[in-house]
Amino acid sequence: MVRVEFLGPISQEVLELEAKTLAEVATQLQNIDTIAPWLEKCAVAVNDQMTADLSMVLKSGDKISILPPVCGG
Amino acid sequence: MELYHGSLDVETIFSKWLNEEKNSNYGAYIPFVGTIRAEDGIEALSFDIYEPILEQWFQNWVKRAEELGAKVKMAHAIGDVPVHTSSYISAVFSPKRRVALELIDEFVEDFKANAPIWKYDVKDGKRIYAEDRSTPMSGSGLLS
Repeated sequence: MVRVEFLGPISQEVLELEAKTLAEVATQLQNIDTIAPWLEKCAVAVNDQMTADLSMVLKSGDKISILPPVCGG
Repeated sequence: MELYHGSLDVETIFSKWLNEEKNSNYGAYIPFVGTIRAEDGIEALSFDIYEPILEQWFQNWVKRAEELGAKVKMAHAIGDVPVHTSSYISAVFSPKRRVALELIDEFVEDFKANAPIWKYDVKDGKRIYAEDRSTPMSGSGLLS
């Protein structure tokens, strides 16, 4: 199981998913109606490292963070 | 990097930073202060921060500044910050002015684009995500 957490304004509790790669996480999130519209504008971190690699292999206990558009200051 | 709950005490942070570097032989100290403006009927802005990634973002800037012989500092507020008070301060120290002038520009702009901080308007006590002023971070859309 991997943990997916949604940061900032996304109203979604932590999800626990079975997934071996980030691509498998993507497929599952695309099927959740309240989450799907966010995905296009969200960045992704695995274990607090930003990533651009959809083929990244995941292991049980990994933390995936979904980061919506930002505006500090 | 310093995070505070509520408005920043600008004078105290300015003088603390100045004091920290008083013997560092920097010739230039350029601060930037972000203050909440009263507009669109807001009472305050409110901020969420994801600290682990903010810290990494900041440490990358520390390294980049060090390569130029400079130092960056920043402070940001968490939670509600009323209008006419400060939510964000950053600064660059450098031996000579040119490096600091250029770095403060890049540092503040990259902060706006890539620091994991989410902003909300506070109206009638309610928090409303400032979606139209927010920017997708680098690499957004990977999972779409």
